[in-house]
Amino acid sequence: MDFSFTEEQTLLRNSVQGLLASKYDFDTRRKIVKSADGMSKEIWAQFAEMGLLAAPFTEEQGGFGGGAIETMIVLEEMGRNLVVEPYVETVVIAGGFLREGGDADQQAAHIPGIVDGSTIWAFAYAEPQGRYNLADLVTTAKKDGAGYTVNGYKAVVLGAPWAQKLVVTARTGGGQRDRDGVSVFIVDKNAPGVSTRDYPTVDGRRASEITFENVKVGADALIGAEGKGLPLVEKITDQAIAALSAEAVGCMGELNKATVEYCKTRKQFGVPIGKFQVLQHRMVDMFMAYEQSVSMTYMVNLKLEENEAERIKAAAGAKVQIGKAGRYVGQQAVQLHGGMGMTDELNVGHYFKRLTMIDTQFGNVDHQLKRYSNAA
Amino acid sequence: MDMSFTPEEMAFRDEVRAFIDENYPKDLKSKRTRGEMSKEDILTWHRILYKKGWVVPHWPVEYGGTGWSITQRFIWNEENARAETQALLPFGLSMVGPVIFNYGNEEQKKRFLPGILSADDWWCQGYSEPGAGSDLASLRTKAVLDGDHYVVNGSKTWTTLAQYADWMFCLVRTNADVKAQEGISFLLIDMKTPGITVRPIITMDGSHEVNEVFLEDVRVPVENRIGEENKGWTYAKFLLGNERSGIAGVARSKKAIERLKSIANAELMDGQPLMKTDEFARKVAELEIDLSALEVTELRTLAAESKGKGPGPEASILKIKGTEIQQRITELAVEAVGNYASVEMPMGEMAGNDFVAGPDYANGAAQNYFNMRKTSIYGGSNEIQHNIIAKMVLGL
Repeated sequence: MDFSFTEEQTLLRNSVQGLLASKYDFDTRRKIVKSADGMSKEIWAQFAEMGLLAAPFTEEQGGFGGGAIETMIVLEEMGRNLVVEPYVETVVIAGGFLREGGDADQQAAHIPGIVDGSTIWAFAYAEPQGRYNLADLVTTAKKDGAGYTVNGYKAVVLGAPWAQKLVVTARTGGGQRDRDGVSVFIVDKNAPGVSTRDYPTVDGRRASEITFENVKVGADALIGAEGKGLPLVEKITDQAIAALSAEAVGCMGELNKATVEYCKTRKQFGVPIGKFQVLQHRMVDMFMAYEQSVSMTYMVNLKLEENEAERIKAAAGAKVQIGKAGRYVGQQAVQLHGGMGMTDELNVGHYFKRLTMIDTQFGNVDHQLKRYSNAA
Repeated sequence: MDMSFTPEEMAFRDEVRAFIDENYPKDLKSKRTRGEMSKEDILTWHRILYKKGWVVPHWPVEYGGTGWSITQRFIWNEENARAETQALLPFGLSMVGPVIFNYGNEEQKKRFLPGILSADDWWCQGYSEPGAGSDLASLRTKAVLDGDHYVVNGSKTWTTLAQYADWMFCLVRTNADVKAQEGISFLLIDMKTPGITVRPIITMDGSHEVNEVFLEDVRVPVENRIGEENKGWTYAKFLLGNERSGIAGVARSKKAIERLKSIANAELMDGQPLMKTDEFARKVAELEIDLSALEVTELRTLAAESKGKGPGPEASILKIKGTEIQQRITELAVEAVGNYASVEMPMGEMAGNDFVAGPDYANGAAQNYFNMRKTSIYGGSNEIQHNIIAKMVLGL
């Protein structure tokens, strides 16, 4: 048993830290979020240059053969800096579908664009009626000659305003919530029949509502076997959960640091408020919530390749832990900062907002508790 | 002991319900959900009630009160919440008004109460300072006597809606050489006086409710001081007690739970309404039970008050439990709307102009949740309320 990082992993962390410290301080991030684009092409190019966008791909694919632990390190640092750029959507999710489900031709066609930073991806899976059920799909893909015709609607597609390519789930058979009949497609965002309405999200990102109206895709757009896509979708979203857990750990770590620092310096009644036992115990609870989240994040990232039941338990467990801890740490960080915690000016509220949204991504605490108990 | 309404009280309920139905402007509700309330919109309902003579049911009749019983006031609040009317601003009606008629002189009553009642004067609260939050008595804004004026220097913060205010009631230090509580005075300051600057503070939900107020050589006539010099802490504490008793928000929370249920009935989980799932139904039930308990606790407090007791330190229970429930409702609304919680509703000048994705009921759910975190901080943080109960009620 060994929970230490290798020399290469520590180097990776240091270089991501260095880049973000110099190019992504809170003021810069605020400017990026408020810009017309809402993301920085420049920092994305630097991610590419540093090899971050190549991390999880094999050397033959143009990558560095990194695994879940490398992704975890990158995401924790991105969480610390509240990075809004779509790393999870592009590298972890789209990259994951291509690595785990794509054939050689699809990998050759699409991975280079991810690695060199020229192509951004988004994952269009959620539908208004489906909530967090990945199989609850009304969007259909009908066989049409060699290819398919896609019709339907996808909700809150994070990062879509920036994306050129979409990974889309659609039903090729079966009933609305059947496990069978789910297929995964690559769709060009500018293909005829794809229309989007873009908007900002409360955590400083961008998303789209997407309508597909008789969108034609070729046979080469299908990832994996027709109608058998759900296990792959679940596997990749569990990888996304593992990455988001690391991001949440980064957010919570920063919040705890800021809160302890503030309570040491903020004086009321003639003493630093950190001298009050009730606040000390609160901060100890925040610290424990953070440590438990680190543990679950390590666990899920170490278990992503285990059998399905083990993987689901680890991912659902981690998502429950970070959902609960993120809420507690976020709320208490705001509370202990008092009025300052409520302001847009201070970063505390921004971490709290991001943690709140992480809970709603890929199933909140209730959803993952149910998933855990069904798998256990 | 009896908790039911008499036939007379039922008739009163019908009367006020009919009045609200007929007189509450229909367009205000949609403006409010879209975050488009102008200064005039915020005052519309106040002005209607002023005409009717119902703007201050909680004031003595001689100053404009309605003479309603505790139960009638309870019914009035319930009916307003039920109709989701715009809440009246507390700064004049519940905060400085009662201070003026309890501690002000006749001249001050004549001068200030009419503007409070008619809403011709918009008041704001100059209490907190950058260095004086929970420890309010440590405030440092200084007032020095110069002839028949005080010259005020310092800054106030978290001043709600000061951007619209005509007047500010303000705690200032008039003696720095005594115990903190014994050197504070209570001044009424015209916001148009030279030397006052109001700077907005944007909160994390994107809204502009609070401000910083800077005072630089602001000259305030001595006749604008309430009561005695250096006795301001007494009036300030009286005001804080009133602030707490209004803060439970039971009737509004009832309505908010109703709304939460309707969201959870519209949202689907595996084809079933979310409200039909055990886990969500259980959370809503817990919330309703907490609120029932608070409702009766508030009624018990009001009943004691009507017999001339209080609002005592027990009122801190209402603040703590009331805000916890308000916050929990918004937390569950975020859970209920699922993926659409992410959508940002444009605020301020952008309000109403941009596309907002998702069903109407989901609009602003997360921002409302973020905004409501303020409730356990303001009006004496919930930690301070715990201290009050520990010290004043339990004698610890």
